[in-house]
Amino acid sequence: MKIALENCSGRHPAARANAPAALRGLSLQLASGEQVAVIGPSGAGKTTLLHLLACALKPSSGVLQLDGRNPWNLSRSELQRLRGELFLAPQVPPLPPRQRVVTTVLAGRLPHESLWASVRSLFYPTDIALAEQALARFDLSDKLFERVDRLSGGERQRVGLARALLALSVAGPPQGAKAPSGGSAAHKVASVGASLLLVDEPLSALDPTRAQQAVLSLTRAAHERAATLVATLHHVEMALQHFPRIIGLRDGELAFDLPAAQVTPERLQQLYAQHLDELNGAPPTAPHDAPVAAAPVAMNCR
Amino acid sequence: MRCSVKRPLPGNAPPALRDPAWRGRVFWALAGLALLWPMLVLTEFKPWLLLEPDALKPALRFLSDFVPPRLDGDFLAMVARETWRTVAIATAGLALALLLAVPMALLSARVLSISALTGRMALLPAVVRQLVRWLLIVLRSVPELIWALVFVRVVGLGPTAGVLAIALTFSGMLGKVYAEILDSGETHATTSLLRNGSGRLQAFLYALLPQNAAELTSYTVYRWECAIRSSAVLGFVGAGGLGQQMDASMKMFNGSEVATMLLVFMALVWLADRISAWLRRGLA
Repeated sequence: MKIALENCSGRHPAARANAPAALRGLSLQLASGEQVAVIGPSGAGKTTLLHLLACALKPSSGVLQLDGRNPWNLSRSELQRLRGELFLAPQVPPLPPRQRVVTTVLAGRLPHESLWASVRSLFYPTDIALAEQALARFDLSDKLFERVDRLSGGERQRVGLARALLALSVAGPPQGAKAPSGGSAAHKVASVGASLLLVDEPLSALDPTRAQQAVLSLTRAAHERAATLVATLHHVEMALQHFPRIIGLRDGELAFDLPAAQVTPERLQQLYAQHLDELNGAPPTAPHDAPVAAAPVAMNCR
Repeated sequence: MRCSVKRPLPGNAPPALRDPAWRGRVFWALAGLALLWPMLVLTEFKPWLLLEPDALKPALRFLSDFVPPRLDGDFLAMVARETWRTVAIATAGLALALLLAVPMALLSARVLSISALTGRMALLPAVVRQLVRWLLIVLRSVPELIWALVFVRVVGLGPTAGVLAIALTFSGMLGKVYAEILDSGETHATTSLLRNGSGRLQAFLYALLPQNAAELTSYTVYRWECAIRSSAVLGFVGAGGLGQQMDASMKMFNGSEVATMLLVFMALVWLADRISAWLRRGLA
């Protein structure tokens, strides 16, 4: 998927009105199939950038174009269909604790599946082999039928990434010739998976070996499917090693946008000035540094 | 440290040693008591009347009839039959209520709104949600006893009236609380699926339901227990089941029969409690 950001600003919906936007005046062009790492100290606006690209956040100013279309001019149903073509993997893997790994991984396919097929898959997982393949890329195939809450934090993060691979995967020919008799299901089944993969801090809970393996699996899968990949990374070395293009963000603004070879140690020093501990590989501590609106008090009469 | 400034900046101010919330708390506590008093007067709350001898004596006589409970075979067979009918009324009523409550809960749960993912919910879905909420209020604000009196006139005396009455009132309660359980739980998994382009029902089945299954189940079992109690009350207006028999025994001042049936009710509630605990452990 081709991406163009023109002078885009993004602010969190929960942020105070007078607070500066988390991302200001950003312009970017990404070609289809490109692989980009976004680096920068915490609070630089990396997650906000991913949310803008994922149509999870409407730009407060500026224009976003995905494949030449402005998603925010589309109707709601068209926008939702477009969202099926992109996949945002949040830093905290969004996995229900009581779900089994196989189900949670196959959920990555939901946008490309009819409601009927997804209901049937709850009773008996329709493509166990596909889920197993995705998990195997992260060395997790033995956890296929384990429950999510029995996994460690790092395992959960890798399961979340395996789900991203499922979203990328091209849906094969319809399983079994017995298509549902209702014709309405047919048009919903798209034949292709997501073409834009947005991954937020995929390595924050992984040890170096696993992290290496996870990045390789992600970049390789994106390459195979010719999908655009944008990943935010705290591991600068990992970013330089595996991504051809690096975007540095600082205080909500673009610091640099360079091929990995041209990112010199001086530039990194500048980017991380006052945050040098993060440059040296301290893992991110607070997954949500954005202000969170207080949840409304639940009124349960039980 | 300079403290002479009238409004010191929050950064340099010395820590206040008086709890600023104290006055508000005292005020609201007193206001609550002041509001409570007229209500006690209005409801003629005079607990000491309970202990006056000419009130106490007939009450004790009525209670003393309760022992021993009537336990002969014929009566127990009848109680067993009516108990089964009561359970059937409660279960059928609750099942019908679920048919109405589940779609309405899904329609009114905010977490399943796609337009609310990015800011405010769009107008049309917001109106639909509000209408469904109002419908739920209408359904549960009419007590099941009133519905039962209506249906006894429509379908005649018997369990059908009880089933329909429970179905309508309980659909209102279940729909409201289901929607609240769904909205108040952890929503990260659900919004992630919606953001990635899944449909609302898919997001419900793959994220929201597994997230909240235990709580929804335990609430449903608790409502089943309420439906059993409720069917007892409905029996008093002729809607069948154990309640109707209890009404008859009460009218005959037959305390030992009432005692047996109360014991059955306790057993049923205990059973519901066990089932709920067992289901929650299974889903935990």
